[in-house]
Amino acid sequence: MSQTFIEILRRALDEELGRDPAVHLLGEDVAAGGAFGVTTGLAQKYGAQRVRNTPISEAAITGLATGAALCGLRPVLEIMFIDFATLALDCLVNQSAKYRYMSGGQLAVPMVVRTQAGAAGGAAAQHSQSLEAWFIHIPGLIVVAPSSPVEAYGLLKSAVRLGDPVLFIEHKRLYSLKEALPLDVELPPIGRARVARVGTDVTLIAYSAMVRNALEAADELSRSGLSVEVLDLRTLSPLDMATIAASVSKTHRVVIAHEAVENGGLGAEISARIGSDLFDELDAPVMRVACPFAPIPFAPGLEQALLPGTANIVRALHGVAG
Amino acid sequence: MTEPAAMADWKRMYRAMWRIRIFEGQVQRLAAAGEVPGFPHLSTGQEAVAVGVCAHLTREDALFTSHRGHGHTLAKGSDVQAAFAEIIGRDGGLCRGRGGSMHLVDAANGMLGATGVVAGNLPLAAGAAWAFQTQGSTTISAVFFGDGATGAGVFHETLNLAVLWKLPILFVCENNGYAEFTSREEHSNVKHVSAFAAPYGMPASTIDGNDLFAVHAAAGDAIAALRRGSGPYLLECMTYRMAGHFVGDAQRYRSKEELTAIKEKCPIERLKRRLLEGGAQESELDALGEEARQEVLQAVERARASPPPDPATVLEYVYSAPALAALSRVKP
Repeated sequence: MSQTFIEILRRALDEELGRDPAVHLLGEDVAAGGAFGVTTGLAQKYGAQRVRNTPISEAAITGLATGAALCGLRPVLEIMFIDFATLALDCLVNQSAKYRYMSGGQLAVPMVVRTQAGAAGGAAAQHSQSLEAWFIHIPGLIVVAPSSPVEAYGLLKSAVRLGDPVLFIEHKRLYSLKEALPLDVELPPIGRARVARVGTDVTLIAYSAMVRNALEAADELSRSGLSVEVLDLRTLSPLDMATIAASVSKTHRVVIAHEAVENGGLGAEISARIGSDLFDELDAPVMRVACPFAPIPFAPGLEQALLPGTANIVRALHGVAG
Repeated sequence: MTEPAAMADWKRMYRAMWRIRIFEGQVQRLAAAGEVPGFPHLSTGQEAVAVGVCAHLTREDALFTSHRGHGHTLAKGSDVQAAFAEIIGRDGGLCRGRGGSMHLVDAANGMLGATGVVAGNLPLAAGAAWAFQTQGSTTISAVFFGDGATGAGVFHETLNLAVLWKLPILFVCENNGYAEFTSREEHSNVKHVSAFAAPYGMPASTIDGNDLFAVHAAAGDAIAALRRGSGPYLLECMTYRMAGHFVGDAQRYRSKEELTAIKEKCPIERLKRRLLEGGAQESELDALGEEARQEVLQAVERARASPPPDPATVLEYVYSAPALAALSRVKP
């Protein structure tokens, strides 16, 4: 039976709530299902104490989850849009991420902050951003961005069980995507990338919704005889450089694709690491496909004009393949 | 009403206040000598609040504090040597030298953290209270903050949440009249911090924070009510920062008259007068002060003998073991 991304997330949360009484969900409207319906029905099943609505107070609810995590709970907090995480940055950056370190290992923050990001359907400049690069800059914070419903299921469960603060970034464009969950899913480890498609000529690195565009582009290139290996990063911080290195050492050519703006993006970090660690392996400069340096516009035509897509990736792959 | 303490209890608290006073004096002395990295903030003059509130906390109760938190940490029961070693960045420190003056944590004693960001840990204290509430325990959470914290939005967000969820948390404002270098009159139009509680439906009071008897009684009543599940309470303690904002602050914003008057506000002197009136012997009280002095001085010397942390361990404690296992595949 295939289920949407949203239904599969709900199933993962349901199972974690059932498995561990320390798991608690909180956030704006979560008892009513949340803005996207991910938590629908869970308050009825587990009670208002386990699935709690909060005021629109991102700073306080992120601090609340962090403090509860210090004292034995495993909170899963929903920040409705990553754009609103700006209001919770002090806590995430100065408190949650650093507690284990600042306390010399006395305390930990086993907390998941679920949020959703990315552009789709005219959400415009304050509800469409891809802000993951801010968070990969913070030691102690784990950043995860699943690319499919099945991946999201396993990664969310792994994140809840991990013991570190995890920012779990869902892409709103993936929410209606359907997949069938295999009967026996092995939970993917946090911190490991996945080879989404095996290839030999170019390494194409992507994450979140852009993995789908990457796979489309790889399909298209295969028709002209170019074999593209697609890596799905899954965990953005800490980065799995071992998987990247293994692929680059095989293909010697790299394209990195993300929806976030190019300036200071994750692509810059990966490119720099490949440049310093794997320079001798490269047969071409590392190319990036990313959003031009502008806010996300409202009008559908403008949004489409700005966002990088499959065609941009295809062009970049042709470019590095020479 | 909480039972008033017996003379033996007051004497113990008198000694505890001296312990903090001497401790802060040693921080100041060694900071001047260049032995304290960073910029420690002293709680000299605010000892009655720390001791009067913490007298009612159990080891399991959670305590959070501000950047001016040395006194609270000692009052909660932390080891003097380990606390001092942390402040001078040694391996034997509470946090093995990772935290320092503004990030003291002593989890075993329920001291769950200071913060370098004013108001930053108010919601964390509420989160601890939420955890205790869900666990069905009578354990409570308490958080100390200065009047400067009321300028931050998260202060108001946290008050609102604490009342909505009826959390077992005591908000203790140490209103020392200054937000860093700026007087309260200059940074808020609201005279008393306790006035912020009423709109959210939280009980609150303003007391003389330099009177240990007043602090002890008010905190005792508030904490007893918290343990009965009556919801959060805000206790505003009017106190006075006898030291500057940080060690080395020239305090040009204070008049000469004000600096002279500081001594008369000293909570330790005030307690001493009360105890003498109550029949205590001066020689006995002086001996308690001297005991505290010797205890702290010896602890400070042992702390100074602790080695600095091994630089090879600088990357420890960033991630949990499972996350580290994933990291270990990564080329350094």
